[in-house]
Amino acid sequence: MANYSTNEFKAGLKVMLDGDPCSIVENELVKPGKGQAFNRVKLRNLMTGRVGEKTFKSGDSLEGADVMDLEMEYLYNDGDMWHFMKTDGSFEQYAVEKKALGDSIKWLKEQVPYIITLWNDKAISVTPPNFIELEVVETDPGLKGDTAQGGSKPATLSSGAVVRVPLFINQGEVLKIDTRSGDYVSRA
Amino acid sequence: MAIDWQPSASLETLHERARLMAKVRAFFAQRDVLEVETPVLGQGGSTDVHLVSLHTLARTDKGQRRLWLQTSPEFHMKRLLAAGSGPIFQLARSFRDGEIGARHNIEFTMLEWYRPQFSLDQLIDETATLIMSLLPSFPGPLVHYRYRELFHTHLEVDPFTTSLDKLRSLAAERGQMSVKALASEGRETCLDLLMSMVIEPQLGKAELSVVVDYPANQAALARRHQDVDGEWVASRFELYLNGIELANGYDELTDAAEQRERFAADNAERRRLGLPEVDVDERLLAALEHGIPDGAGVALGIDRLIQLSLGKARLEDVLTFSTPNC
Repeated sequence: MANYSTNEFKAGLKVMLDGDPCSIVENELVKPGKGQAFNRVKLRNLMTGRVGEKTFKSGDSLEGADVMDLEMEYLYNDGDMWHFMKTDGSFEQYAVEKKALGDSIKWLKEQVPYIITLWNDKAISVTPPNFIELEVVETDPGLKGDTAQGGSKPATLSSGAVVRVPLFINQGEVLKIDTRSGDYVSRA
Repeated sequence: MAIDWQPSASLETLHERARLMAKVRAFFAQRDVLEVETPVLGQGGSTDVHLVSLHTLARTDKGQRRLWLQTSPEFHMKRLLAAGSGPIFQLARSFRDGEIGARHNIEFTMLEWYRPQFSLDQLIDETATLIMSLLPSFPGPLVHYRYRELFHTHLEVDPFTTSLDKLRSLAAERGQMSVKALASEGRETCLDLLMSMVIEPQLGKAELSVVVDYPANQAALARRHQDVDGEWVASRFELYLNGIELANGYDELTDAAEQRERFAADNAERRRLGLPEVDVDERLLAALEHGIPDGAGVALGIDRLIQLSLGKARLEDVLTFSTPNC
């Protein structure tokens, strides 16, 4: 991979830092009145998802990371690996480890497209769509007529996620959920 | 994608900017400081190792020549001083390659002025008076700090005597730089890092902070003197407001031979670092040899001051067109 100098650091650029692929979030030039200039860089570690700050001398460089985001549909899991297929018509499949799925494991639904982040052609993270429609498989019976009042109860969804839903929701209903917050949005 | 042609600053801000610029000119007119305009291009450039100069090729009366876009109007203004101009000021377009960010723009406006016979303290007071006159409300009192004292207060180390190993590990920890990257760096980089990342953000809070007695190797074009502890320090100051460096002033070096040595040392350091050398300004050296009056001079980033005065988040908010938008 090519090397990138601090003045080429832009949000979204993928670089290697301490052996892990990272995505640059922010890059700010810091310079004393006289003297050496530095770049204060905010990076997201793509293996752990953690965001940290690091300082570089201006002009220093980092090796680029061979990272790609691809859209793939979820197919199935075999108990060991989770299998996805590219949506570009190639039918090419990728097996994803549990570690790479992280929290996304609770938002999996067959035939839904996910963004799979590949590093050196290996899946390192899975991002679900912002909104997903899932069926309620278990919840307390709905309270008839209670469509306006506040109050909520837990509901288990077909993907295994447990979310807070309004009291009037019944088992078997399909709900629209915001995967970023885990919040109920509406009936689908 | 549609091409963004709109100005970086709002039209309302440009009216405010014009009003503040008029105040600057009135401030100096009242004090009988002459406004001058010197060239952006020069046959010599700044040798400062930490500045990257832009240059261009021009067809001159002597054939094709490399001309340097000035990183500040200092050299030309000193030639005016040598010619007997008396006190002068300038709002000068200046250029520093690669400097883009919330507080930087490659092309920017420097307010620079020179005061023959002024002491550094007199110039500090005048600079603080000007800054306060351009702010919408009183920023707090002017508070003096010595460079050394700031390191004692904020980091419990001494910039002159603490071991390099200790400074490196502190710079790694507090400046969030990798230990490996710092292993080959000297004192200056460690001090610059700690100053920029740890100390500067704490300066100019509910006050106008002025820092003096910088290490002697950061003298640039300022004189050096021994401080009260007997350390050699640079006779210069920096002024800070809201953690932002606004001004940089010198008790001006007037010794041509020493100036020539410093230029040569800069270029030697440039060779060592694999950086391009910069043509030394022989006309400046000739003017120093002729003699310039003792005195003090200061450069103030007027775009930054306008940014602070108007409460804007980024420098580009007060520029008609920032470099990425030019």
